[in-house]
Order: sequence, then C-alpha cells, then structure tokens
Amino acid sequence: MNLLSLYAHRSRLEIRLLLRNRNAVVFSMLLPVFLLFIFGSVFNKTKLGHTNVSFDQYFVAGLLASGLLYSSFQQLAIAIPEERSNGTLKRLVGSPMPPSVYFVGKLAASTFTYIFQAIALLVIGHFSYGIHLPHSTSLWLDFVWISVLGLTASSLLGIAFSNFAKNGQSASALASPIVLFFQFTSGVFFVYANLPKWMQDIAAVFPLKWMAQAMRGVFLPKYFASQEVAHSFELPKAALILGLWTVGAALVCRFTFHWLPKNET
Amino acid sequence: MNAIEITGLTRRYGDFVAVSNLDLSVATGECVTILGPNGAGKTTVVEILEGYRHRDGGEVSVLGLDPAHPTKSWRQKLGIVLQSANDLGELTVRESVEHFARYYPHPREVDATIELVGLSEKAAARATNLSGGQRRRLDVALGVIGKPDLLFLDEPTTGFDPEARHIFWGLIERLKNEGVTIVLTTHYLEEADALADHVVVVTRGRKVADTTPEELGSRSEKLVNVRWIEQNEKKEHRTAEPTKFVAELASRFSGEIPELEVVRTTLEEAYLELVETGEP
Repeated sequence: MNLLSLYAHRSRLEIRLLLRNRNAVVFSMLLPVFLLFIFGSVFNKTKLGHTNVSFDQYFVAGLLASGLLYSSFQQLAIAIPEERSNGTLKRLVGSPMPPSVYFVGKLAASTFTYIFQAIALLVIGHFSYGIHLPHSTSLWLDFVWISVLGLTASSLLGIAFSNFAKNGQSASALASPIVLFFQFTSGVFFVYANLPKWMQDIAAVFPLKWMAQAMRGVFLPKYFASQEVAHSFELPKAALILGLWTVGAALVCRFTFHWLPKNET
Repeated sequence: MNAIEITGLTRRYGDFVAVSNLDLSVATGECVTILGPNGAGKTTVVEILEGYRHRDGGEVSVLGLDPAHPTKSWRQKLGIVLQSANDLGELTVRESVEHFARYYPHPREVDATIELVGLSEKAAARATNLSGGQRRRLDVALGVIGKPDLLFLDEPTTGFDPEARHIFWGLIERLKNEGVTIVLTTHYLEEADALADHVVVVTRGRKVADTTPEELGSRSEKLVNVRWIEQNEKKEHRTAEPTKFVAELASRFSGEIPELEVVRTTLEEAYLELVETGEP
C-alpha cells in the first residue's frame, strides 16, 4: 500500500467522520454564515468612512480569515487532545501507519471545512447580501495562496497548541476565547484602522491580522488600500509573516508533539 | 529465538516501583498468561513490550528488537489489544476493520475477520452503539487484522458474558494453531487455565510464579484445608500433611471431631495465596 493511497484513504475517513458529527457541521462549518447574518442585519449597508465599501464587504474578508482559524487552528486544537485522551492516537501509533498519514488526514478535514465555509459564505453573501466577488483571475489566485498559506500556518499552530491541552474540553475552553480575542483585535468584528494603536500593535504580531488584511486585498476595491493603516494591503508582508509563523509552529510541533497522554508513557 | 526476552525489567512512577527486576522468556508460538490483581504492574509490563511505555532498567527484546525504538516493519508483525479504548466512536465495525487492514502488508480478509470475532451481524453498526463485550471484540478484530506474529491482549475478556468468553477462547485456540505467539493479561484464573502454555503471576510489580497451569494446579493439590469446630469457633488449618494433622487433632477430642472437613485447595486458593503472600 503506497503512501499516497494511504493519504487519500485516511483523508476520506476524516472527512466522513467530520460529516457524521452534526455539531461540527452546524457550528463550525456554518458559523461564518451565521455571523454574517447577525452583523449584516445590524450594520446592513453602513458605508465605511468616505468610501463606497459596505461593512458587510469588509466583514466578509475578516470572516474568511476567521474561517481559516476556525477550520484549522480551532478544529485541530480541540480534536487532537480529544483523540489523544480517547485512545485514537495510541491505537494509530501502535499500528504500522506512517505518522504523516494522520496529519495529512487532519489537514484534509480542515481544508474540507474551510472550503465548505468559504463557499457557503461567498454564495450566500453574494446572493443575499450583495457581496462583490473578485473580478479577475489574479485576485482569485491571490485568494487561493492566502487560503493555502493561512491554512498551513493555522493548522500547524493548532497541532502545536494541541500539545498543551489535557483533553478536548480543556482545549475547547482555551482555544475558543483565543480565536475570539483575535477576531476583536485583528480587524474582523471592528475596522482595524479604527482600533487603538496598542491593540493594533499586539494584533500585528499574530497571523489573523495579516490573513484578514490580505483577504481585504482580494475582496475590497484597490482604492480602499488608502484606508488601511499602512495605506496598503501589504500582501508580500502578509506572506512573509504567515511564512514565519508556519516555520515557528512546525518547529514547536516537531519538538512537542506526543501521541500518548503524558501519564501513559 | 524467543519471541520475547526480558531480564531485570524495572519501571518506576515517581517513587512507586511498578515493575521490579522482572525476568521473562516467551518462546515463539507460545501462549503466556500474565496473571495478577489490579495494580500489579501487568499493563505496565505489556505496554513496555508494545513500545508505548519507557523502562527505567533492564534488557528487553521483542521479536528481536528493543521496543523502546519501534520500527514500521516491527509494528507490522505486532497485534495490540489495549486494555481500554473509546476511539472509533462514529465509525462502523466494517469501516474500522477495513481501515486498519490498509496499514498492514498482508492483512486478513475483512469480512472473515469480523466473522472470526462474531460481529458479522453488527458489521454495519457504529462502535458507539456496541455493547461493552461487542466493543471488546472489535478491539480484538483490529488486533488480529494484520496477521500478527505476536499478539498482545490486555484483559481482553473484561465485560464478556460466559458465552462470549468461550467464543473468544476458541478464537485464541485457532490463533495458537496458526503459530501466533500470544501474551495475554487477565485476572480470570480459568482463562489462564484454559489458554496458557505458560502462566506468570505478578503481584506488586514482582514475578511470584512462572510455571504451567498444570504445575500451578498441582501446587494447590499439595495443600489441604482442614476445618472443624472447637469451643464453638470455626477453625481452619492449611497443611501438606492432612493425615498427620487430623490424627493429632483426633487425640485432642474424645470421639468425633465436630464438623470435620478435609478439602483440597482449589487453583484459585493457590493463586490467592501467591498473590497475598507475594512469595513464590
């Protein structure tokens, strides 16, 4: 059995398991759509500053960036400790499964969740809330690389985080507020340029700010760049910072990942 | 070459010595049962052999390899049934067995394996909907799916009703006939008696017997319980020389000894004595 077919098989299994978990489907996959519905109802067609850009349009970019965190960071940070405490990882590591198969399966499930979230958000956003979609191939390509890099960085951060939680419940209690904190400070729920400087400075160290800003580069008109703090969407800088987080998280995973609960080794 | 060779195995958890200077050899094709009360160190020993837990001292070789450094080809020859598992909840029996079959180079046939453990009727049921005993049988199916040379079973029949236990014993006999080396922990004495070529009794991390079920049984046959009533009190004495003891007793009584009983100890009593005294 070659490695690629094991990757494909484990990925199908992970996605099948995801779809059997109704909570995951409703709360995780459709959360961005719910948020758009709630915020969209409150702010409706509010325009930002002296521009023609609606809050909804700005918010969708932030929700796509949040979706990257939900589907990979949060999903993995909770699922892996749960699988560590219920014996899934112990059974797998006791089998001849090559370890990479497990991680590929998890990444596949995260990618699946993200694609599902993004399609639901963009389709419903476009038809019900008048969200403008990117109008050029190069913008769509930007969207793809931001998504791929964002998923990679967030997944590795989720796996790294999973090593510090005892079980799924404690992981959930820790990971969810972290995501919420960054959504408030990184330009998802509020316009980043309007936040206090100290809050901007904290958020600018972490990935969500850069994922949201890069997504705005795709979903907002070019002239809106002047409204950003740096008067640019800074896509190259976003790529660099996400790349650094990817490398850092990979190193943490490399040295801290454990298959068994600490008291079972 | 022996399938398992252990000398001086020691493992501590903090100050607690879970396994102390344990020696054990298991020949290829043999079925060894590790018997002992809860907390005796059985699982620690088995999980060191499976490559899960580290050891603090001693030499260990399992199928020619030190389990502290497991390899993929070594894992392919091992079957593991852990003491407890709550994973696989939303997968069906067939999906689980089919999935794990893929990780082995020459697996058993999936449906035949499900049949082997008696779960054919539950093949489409999710693990979370299985009874405790059925869930254990799924664990056993996953342990044997890779056609292991060496199979570890950690308390595999916990939660089985007597019928399921007998079906399971039949399965073990079948695996023994296929030449599989089996290491089985249990606290059911009759299980050791029915299956084992070789019984190891462990208590408080120490090996107190390493013998055959027959010898463990004959150890019990050598001892006899003598019971009687004296001054309205129940008395009991365990002895290897019952005739001599009863003769002495008779001289203390004028006539009949009240409610005299002379009973051979059972296998269970011999085992309990081993475990209680901790003396070989």
